[in-house]
Amino acid sequence: MSERLPVTVIGGYLGAGKTTLVNHLLRSADGLKLAVLVNEFGALAIDEDLIEAQEDDLISIAGGCVCCSFGSDLTAALLEMGAREPRPDHVVIEASGVAMPRAIAANVGLQDGFRLAGIVVLADSETIRAQAVDDYLGDTVLRQLADADLVVQTKVDLVETTGATAGWLEDHAPNATVLQAEQGRVPRDVLLGLETTLVTTVTPEPTAHADAGFESAVFTPYAGCDAEKLARALATGDYGVVRAKGFVHGAGGEVLLIQTVGQRYDVMPFAREMPAEIVCIGLKERLAVERLEELFSQGYT
Amino acid sequence: MPDITIYSAKKIITMNPSRPEASHVAVRDGRILGAGTLEEMATWGEHTLDTRFADKVILPGFVEGHAHAMEGSLWAKVYCGWFDRSDPDGKLWKGAKSVDVVVERLREAGEALADASEPISGWQLDPIYMDNIKVSRADLDRVSTERPVGVLHASGHIMNVNSRALELAGLLKAGVNHPGIPLGEDGLPTGELKGPDAMTPVGEHVGFARSLLDADEEGLRNFAKLCVRTGTTTITDLASRMDPETVEMMLRVTGGKNYPVCLVPLRFFMGLSAAELIKEVKSLKARSTERLRMGRIKVVADGSIQGFSARLRWPGYHNGAENGLWYIAPDHLAELYERALEAGLQIHTHTNGDQATQLALDKLAPALQKHPNPDHRFTLQHCQLADGAQFRQAAKLGMCVNLFANHHFYWGDEHYNLTVGPDRAMRMNAARTALDAGLVVAVHSDAPITPLGPLFTAWGAVTRITASGRVQGEEERITVEEALRAITLGAAHTLHMDGEIGSIETGKRADFAILEEDPTEVDAVALKDVPIWGTVQGGRIFAAADL
Repeated sequence: MSERLPVTVIGGYLGAGKTTLVNHLLRSADGLKLAVLVNEFGALAIDEDLIEAQEDDLISIAGGCVCCSFGSDLTAALLEMGAREPRPDHVVIEASGVAMPRAIAANVGLQDGFRLAGIVVLADSETIRAQAVDDYLGDTVLRQLADADLVVQTKVDLVETTGATAGWLEDHAPNATVLQAEQGRVPRDVLLGLETTLVTTVTPEPTAHADAGFESAVFTPYAGCDAEKLARALATGDYGVVRAKGFVHGAGGEVLLIQTVGQRYDVMPFAREMPAEIVCIGLKERLAVERLEELFSQGYT
Repeated sequence: MPDITIYSAKKIITMNPSRPEASHVAVRDGRILGAGTLEEMATWGEHTLDTRFADKVILPGFVEGHAHAMEGSLWAKVYCGWFDRSDPDGKLWKGAKSVDVVVERLREAGEALADASEPISGWQLDPIYMDNIKVSRADLDRVSTERPVGVLHASGHIMNVNSRALELAGLLKAGVNHPGIPLGEDGLPTGELKGPDAMTPVGEHVGFARSLLDADEEGLRNFAKLCVRTGTTTITDLASRMDPETVEMMLRVTGGKNYPVCLVPLRFFMGLSAAELIKEVKSLKARSTERLRMGRIKVVADGSIQGFSARLRWPGYHNGAENGLWYIAPDHLAELYERALEAGLQIHTHTNGDQATQLALDKLAPALQKHPNPDHRFTLQHCQLADGAQFRQAAKLGMCVNLFANHHFYWGDEHYNLTVGPDRAMRMNAARTALDAGLVVAVHSDAPITPLGPLFTAWGAVTRITASGRVQGEEERITVEEALRAITLGAAHTLHMDGEIGSIETGKRADFAILEEDPTEVDAVALKDVPIWGTVQGGRIFAAADL
């Protein structure tokens, strides 16, 4: 059985920068075959230079990625993507501006071949706080933020109150890590999570994410550790970890896959032999490398 | 010289204010030459006097401004509703008053199926009337454990399925975590599926594929039969995806010599960007025919009140439920309004809650300033909770409203007790206030949500009687004459068709509802029971008895 296809849901109101983010993601896919599902092809859904071919509701994109409009039937589009040859590595759902990302995630969870990799909600620095008190939109954007594992604060270069808004976002997205980004420039690994196959073959260079303000480090969890507790500590502890992914060898020698995003964590058995290693990504200077070393070596009870 | 036929009638109620009543109507080429006395009509020259309607009452053919062709398609499935309802062939299905009856009916239907794996599908179940009992998969397992079984609720938003159906969908397992899929004590789904998200993965296994929203050929023919039986000569299919195959099929079926109704399908807004939608609908408009009128757009702004998914203004739901959901982003709605006004296309907007109505008003006003069009007739569909100020604003903006007038009968008690509470329940579908605000008002069935039947809908607006027999909001009742106008000229007006249908006067299409009694003479509470002989559509005669 192949691994379940990871799905990332990207939410946020119109103008929050979802399209910009998706385009940046496609540009920096770096060999990863992404299948992007969008509500509809608007005038500017995909940057023209990325498009290789388009027929009806499917756009082929350089690097083996595709973009598909799902209209009113997301489930059908999702299943179609899962059945595509070659199989995509990751599905990204760009939710409509008023959709509740958690509801979409719940639908993904109903499909056997898929797993939720995270909910990313975008917030426009210029407008989010006004939207939050808007009669029509307030409860909708607040519910979206509450659903988030990662909040990407966009258009930070355009306003002076970015810092205050970041604090406000942290208050309103209690389960999420809040990141800032210009022009959708969030590293792929942060947004989607590290790819399982890449974890042990590529050791992230210290500077890999530096340009975007991220850093990463690799740790070796001791054998027989409690994967569930470790995952929870990485997700909810104060270590500055935005994303973590890797393998743990459990008490019975079994291989377990750990993934975290924001405060969400996931532990599942893994069928292949893998070295015990976990990659953590965090904001530059916020990743508590020393304390993480301690966590990994001394255990957690 | 083409043939002229003059029909005599016991009475002709024309809806033409210059000549409200007549005894004869002259028809040539499928159109009305005039209505008046025999002597007056005879001045047109050589004619045939047709007396078949001499003891009938003729009204303009009814116009149903908000229905779905799915009503025709659903009759291929088992009727499980609480109320008696007539099928396209005129057979009266008695209401199923218990789960046992529903189970028995489904079981019988299963016995008639040849293929052992074929699903059994039912529709219109409404446990509200069965003390809100929860139907479980165990109940439907009594129908069959081999075949998948699914029953759609009357609301259209909930479905019950049996174990086999869950199994086929891969959901008969522990650990299912979805707000629309309640779990039983055993940790497995109970078989209740709430909301389209939960229904979709199982629906295809029980005969309710998503495509059911799109008319199929058999369904379209059944839909037309129901029209003849209810006196309807023009009807909307209010949210069609209108893919190319469906459009071809609609053109072919409605173009058939004996297709008895003019169909007005509206293109559902979802799935296309605003610019593309406008482009597509423009091209559809150009392909319209005498009996298939395309070129209008349907937008859905919010959900339903009984499903707690409608958007309400303060103070929200009476039971404290969280506010509902937007089905369109406010800015997307604004863009659609602007582009449609610019292109000269009409939009009908579903707004159930009063906040959704307010959004539509707020977005249309600035769009109209950009692209003034004094005769746009953008129509608020359902518009169930609007108050006086909103109706007045809608009138000022040149909008129309099509109210869900028989909703009181089916869900009025529920609204009073649970969803919006006593005060706002009184003003739901406030036809009196809307008319007094100067609006053109239509009333509708939203078939299949409630049965197609303009006279029944009119009765709802006139009496405002709920299922428990209470009059809910007596101040909002309208007269029989006003209600008859709403189901003829009123609805025609919302479709920009009042110049060609909706009244019996010179030049209009010869569309008649042929009634056995005079609806203005019977007791108002008997309005829904006036027997219908059939219709005349474009001069062609359709007797319900001959269908």
